[in-house]
Amino acid sequence: MIKVVIIDDEPLARSLVAEYLASHTEFEIVKECNDGFEGVKAISEISPDLIFLDIQMPKLNGFEMLELLEPRPSVIFTTAFDEYAMKAFDSHAVDYLLKPFSKERFDKAIEKWLKQRTSSDTTTDPEFENMPQKHSEEQNRIAVRFGSKISIVPTQDVFYIEAYDDYVKIFTEKDYFLKKKTMSYYESTLSSNDFIRVHRSFIVNLKQITRVEPYEKNGHVVLLKNGKSIPLSRSGYSRLREILGI
Amino acid sequence: MTFHRIGMSWETSLSEAIITTLALTIAGFIISNTFKYYRPVSQNNWLVVGYVIILTLLTARLLLFTFKAINIDNVSYGEEYFRYMPLRGSFYLLMIAFMTLYYHSRNKLKDLGNIKRREMEADKLLREAELAGLRQQLQPHFLFNSLNSISALAGSRPEEARKMIQQLSDFLRGTVRKEPQQMVSLDEEFKHLQLYLEIEKVRFGHRLLARLHHDEPSEKMLIPSLLLQPIVENAVKFGLYDTTGEVIIDISAAEENGTLEVTVTNPFDPATARPNSGTGFGLTSVRRRLYLLFARHDLLTTNTIDHHFITIIKIPQTT
Repeated sequence: MIKVVIIDDEPLARSLVAEYLASHTEFEIVKECNDGFEGVKAISEISPDLIFLDIQMPKLNGFEMLELLEPRPSVIFTTAFDEYAMKAFDSHAVDYLLKPFSKERFDKAIEKWLKQRTSSDTTTDPEFENMPQKHSEEQNRIAVRFGSKISIVPTQDVFYIEAYDDYVKIFTEKDYFLKKKTMSYYESTLSSNDFIRVHRSFIVNLKQITRVEPYEKNGHVVLLKNGKSIPLSRSGYSRLREILGI
Repeated sequence: MTFHRIGMSWETSLSEAIITTLALTIAGFIISNTFKYYRPVSQNNWLVVGYVIILTLLTARLLLFTFKAINIDNVSYGEEYFRYMPLRGSFYLLMIAFMTLYYHSRNKLKDLGNIKRREMEADKLLREAELAGLRQQLQPHFLFNSLNSISALAGSRPEEARKMIQQLSDFLRGTVRKEPQQMVSLDEEFKHLQLYLEIEKVRFGHRLLARLHHDEPSEKMLIPSLLLQPIVENAVKFGLYDTTGEVIIDISAAEENGTLEVTVTNPFDPATARPNSGTGFGLTSVRRRLYLLFARHDLLTTNTIDHHFITIIKIPQTT
């Protein structure tokens, strides 16, 4: 049997997916979840083959939930929002079902997944690629997971971000969290008014900077409000000077 | 009997006076017509001066020609007569200059008036459009999600699907019908909200509890149509997406010293939502609409108590 988890905050929306799925007898719904927190828990425990995921949900949205999962299950998004299609495509979703969707459209998504699974074919449907898109909005919070505990960190509370192999470490005043993301991802999604890349391995929150100091010969560091000092590369130093107007 | 010093008879004087008046009337007519179609811009003022001089010369020339032609007394238009020409000429010039000035400025004022009226009309249209835009609040996501619920109900519970279609239709009709400046009774506004909340309860009935309440005197008080809709939508949205437990939305209205006061309370999480950052709670448009309708900035206030976000709206009763 193929294990399926449905994550949607509307019971009726879940029941529709369940109803449509009933004719595909090889699939079994092992769990229905009301929100992303339940979703993370269920997926970690069950490791389903396929999940149906809503995007707008309480506290943790569908994308934030996915970011917390490693490895990620195959995802079919179900949402009334068409502006997330591009982001869904970036997250290697199998398909993107716009609510309300028909049984035919649903079956097509299932077929597509079955085909992808056997041939590991990852080409995307042209219909999917041509969806209207909105540029991904600036990120103002980051979902992080620490064992079974999930927290949401407002980006204003982030002090700095440090590259760490395939991961990044996100430092708040006292703690840090690991995320499997690249530095350039954060460089492009965090507001450029608040965050600046000062070094190949560091992005700093401008609001947390207390001062810039010379360090050894020709070098500079920034001091943050929590006392940490971050090295500046030559180009990082000049970029910082430009932004701070010094 | 002589009225004059150059020895003309009273017949001549009278006919000259009549002809002069007639000529100046015709000149006035020409001037009024000229400035009906021609609006000199300020750097072309010399053109107007030239116009006045030419018209004066023409008038004087024409009059002299006429006087000579009808010469009643057979006066010899000698030196004596021409001694008075500068006086006559000045009189013509003055009259023509005055008429030119009069028509020119009258038309200019009329133009200004037209421009002003057009500006006011444009302003009014803009204000209406802005009001309509601010009131426009049918969220497509709400519609699509509701349709999805109907789709789900249609399979298992067709009777409920039919009921929801009815509710959704009533709600949509109420949304598209109203004029942006229309005032409705609180009772009517609450009925519309009730429809909206019924639909949301089909979708989120397991979590959402909404309570509408108003006191006796506020029932018939007036409120701009659909003003509360975006506020309640926000309250529902933040309640549902910012917390995971049960969501209670309280909407109450009361009369306060002749003013209608509506309070909307919803739960929120101060750790993740920052209502004071502004746009998040989408109240800007409601505030703007209140300003356009009542020219006051103080009618919408918000505050937070514990985990509750409270919006208070005051509606002055103008009539």
